[in-house]
Amino acid sequence: MEGRISRIILALFFAALLAAPVLYKRVAHRNNTRRTATDSSAVLDRYGFIFQESSKSSGISFRHTSPQLDPKLQHIMQQVASMGAAVSVVDYDRDGWADIYVTNSAEGSQNALYRNLGDGTFRDVAAEVGLADVNLPGTGVSTGAVWGDYDNDGFEDVLIYKWGKPELFHNDGGKHFTRVTEQAGLPKWVNANSAIWLDYDGDGKLDLFLGGYYSEDVDLFHLKTTKIMPESYEYAANGGRKYLFHNLGGGRFEEVSARLGIQSRRWALAAVAADLRGTGYPDLFIANDYGVSELYFNEGGKKFREVGKETGVGAAPKSGMNAAIGDVLNQGRFGIYVSNISEEGVLVQGNNLWMQQAGSSGSNVRFENMANAMGVEVGGWSFGAQFGDLNNDGFLDLYVTNGNVSLDRNRTYWYDYSKIAGGNRAIISDAANWPPLDGRSLSGYQQKRVWVNDGAGQFKEVAQLVGVTDVYDGRSVALADFSNRGVLDAVVANQNGPLLLYKNTVAPGSGWIEFELQGSKSNRSAIGAQVRVFWNGMQQVQQVSGGSGFCAQNQRRLHFGLGKAAGVDRIEIRWPSGRVQIIRAPAMNRIHRIEEPS
Amino acid sequence: MTSGSAAVSSAQKPTSAVGRFFSLENRYLPPLLITTILLVGQLSFGLLESFSRTLLAIGTAVLFELVLARLMFGKFPHLASAYITGISVGILIRSPEYWPYALTSAIAITSKYVLRWRGLHLWNPSNFAICAMLLLAPEYIATLSVQWGNTIWPMMIVWVLGSIIVYRVGRFHITATYVISFLVLAAVRSAITGHAFLAEVAPITGPMYQLFIFFMITDPKTTVQPKWGQCLVVFLVAVVEMILRLAQNVNAPFFALTIVGPLAMIVEIWWTGRKRRYVPSPASTA
Repeated sequence: MEGRISRIILALFFAALLAAPVLYKRVAHRNNTRRTATDSSAVLDRYGFIFQESSKSSGISFRHTSPQLDPKLQHIMQQVASMGAAVSVVDYDRDGWADIYVTNSAEGSQNALYRNLGDGTFRDVAAEVGLADVNLPGTGVSTGAVWGDYDNDGFEDVLIYKWGKPELFHNDGGKHFTRVTEQAGLPKWVNANSAIWLDYDGDGKLDLFLGGYYSEDVDLFHLKTTKIMPESYEYAANGGRKYLFHNLGGGRFEEVSARLGIQSRRWALAAVAADLRGTGYPDLFIANDYGVSELYFNEGGKKFREVGKETGVGAAPKSGMNAAIGDVLNQGRFGIYVSNISEEGVLVQGNNLWMQQAGSSGSNVRFENMANAMGVEVGGWSFGAQFGDLNNDGFLDLYVTNGNVSLDRNRTYWYDYSKIAGGNRAIISDAANWPPLDGRSLSGYQQKRVWVNDGAGQFKEVAQLVGVTDVYDGRSVALADFSNRGVLDAVVANQNGPLLLYKNTVAPGSGWIEFELQGSKSNRSAIGAQVRVFWNGMQQVQQVSGGSGFCAQNQRRLHFGLGKAAGVDRIEIRWPSGRVQIIRAPAMNRIHRIEEPS
Repeated sequence: MTSGSAAVSSAQKPTSAVGRFFSLENRYLPPLLITTILLVGQLSFGLLESFSRTLLAIGTAVLFELVLARLMFGKFPHLASAYITGISVGILIRSPEYWPYALTSAIAITSKYVLRWRGLHLWNPSNFAICAMLLLAPEYIATLSVQWGNTIWPMMIVWVLGSIIVYRVGRFHITATYVISFLVLAAVRSAITGHAFLAEVAPITGPMYQLFIFFMITDPKTTVQPKWGQCLVVFLVAVVEMILRLAQNVNAPFFALTIVGPLAMIVEIWWTGRKRRYVPSPASTA
């Protein structure tokens, strides 16, 4: 009798174990439903902001088109040609309004430069200034663009990187752009998906990092072989080489990657440079597809040392597609956000939020992945992500795009994809072995993620509530204050889809402050400059970026939300030259234009 | 996964020390092999989601085994099979969360004590638990889907080492039958789908299949006893897997074993039960 009772109790316990995940899901779903039931004004009250997609009313009608690659890839064309939609923000004509540059990827297609007219509308001026027709057959197609004033003349120049020939354009006074690729000494062909400007040696001239994805000896439009694919899904080291161009001045660059210790052939999809250790020199973080991320410590501008494994960021191989930095806990230290792939039941990598471990610093800095603990882990097939204070409450929020290939809604390629992904090098690396996509989706039609930071170490997902409801195949996202009113809008480039402009409305009552820096001894774009704002007993550090996210660049201006603060105590600017400038009690709710003291 | 129990061995009685080491009498052999696979994979390529998650899976399995064996049978069990269950769960499932590792191990061990018929458990514990979690919580877990780095040598080492060990413990015929069946049926699938033969073969080159082949399908406690029966069952597993694969089931091998394994056990128990009564024994399989 006693044995029988034990067995019954055990059976009930077993049933409870099986029911546990179902109950967990129900509770989570109920919480989501409760939140979804909230109306717009309540959302504004609760979360402090709401987006409205406004591309059409803003005069933006751009639509991205994917490239048509070599016919040998026809059976998996949409999967291979699934990148190229990119967006970067720049004030190219120095009129004080942030403009938008967006890339297209079909041969013969036109890129667009949307000039901000200052009245809430934009006008495409790419053809007028010479930045439209850059995808000519035989030269490859655009995959992204980054802006930086490489010759310190006060106007932002642009590198357009491609699956093809990278092109450098000089900005002639905000009126026109002149192609200076040959003079700069850029390579003939790079299948690049990442590039950033940085001044790695602090000489006051912007240098350039360019990350290859496919090997540079592969012309995806004219294949000699189908053995071009990654040799492994998580350990591939047969991708494109990396380039580090040292700015010699006079519009000339010297390629120094090998000499300085950057010799990776991993499949780079994103990069960001930031001084993570307080050395005064920017370290370099690279998010790699099909493998581990890499972190290169900058040794005084003389050498780079790869420390991914020892610092923790290079331990677990995933599908890195984004690299963005943000001081998410207002500790005065950067975290690094890397997007990956999560598809239920098939591949649950989870995104990474690499936070510096307490007590570790300098060369002994260690990172731990806090994405799960802080609630920003599961996105989908995530691409671009950026940090920004979307509700001006004083804490950085996170905007993440999702979605890979959206074709037939009812049929998925995941089974065949997982089949080949598990194969040995000899199998996976040959595109001929890959099963045909056959019109099926691969993580398509996915919802986006907008995570609001509660300031106490937790993020809440509110995308649907705050108006980010599109399900395009999101790639590149950039944040900028397009209307100079102290709020961050979001612009999103979608693969084979429209460019979306999410205009932000922030609930009244929260303060803000913005800084537009201009270097003198430092590079004029002030890329690499760090601004630390102290208020209400808190601090937050941000850095002028030469590119971050996935094939993206936020506005160069730095935006800080201040919550209900009555004022700012002081700000501390650490210029790339090493100068430290302190400004006490700067006025709130205004844009400060600051030149580096000479 | 296999416990290494001597109960159903058909291997010759070993006499030398080496022979005894490589025999089913040595219950530490399968744990040693699977630990070797884990260490090779982790130290070479970072196979695991993390050591801490795998340790959580092992710890949970061992804890549940200790408690349930004590409660249900009044004695503490040999922990080799619980260790294998835990380590298998720790390697085979992928989740950014911690709780799925603990829950999968808990379901696996508990299933041994609940899903029994005539004193024998029917499902391979880790196989059952992984399938249960894939059905009940696909948002939170996936199975191991990567290969051994980008070279062939680690894969070959595990294949050779694993083959030697399963040969010594008298279960190589199961592994061989499955591999041959998989390859033949891969050709059939290739003919049906029109996909490259190598694409159909690709999955078996990964570590997930090595664990499946060397530990799950050879599990003495959840396989039938006659050699011909073992070969037939494992062939049927491969056939059901092929059907599931044609239906584009990503986790086909796990579900195939979950379907075929207990059916075969039920048939054997029923058939044998007609001849003699079964004597219940403590659960000892991973």
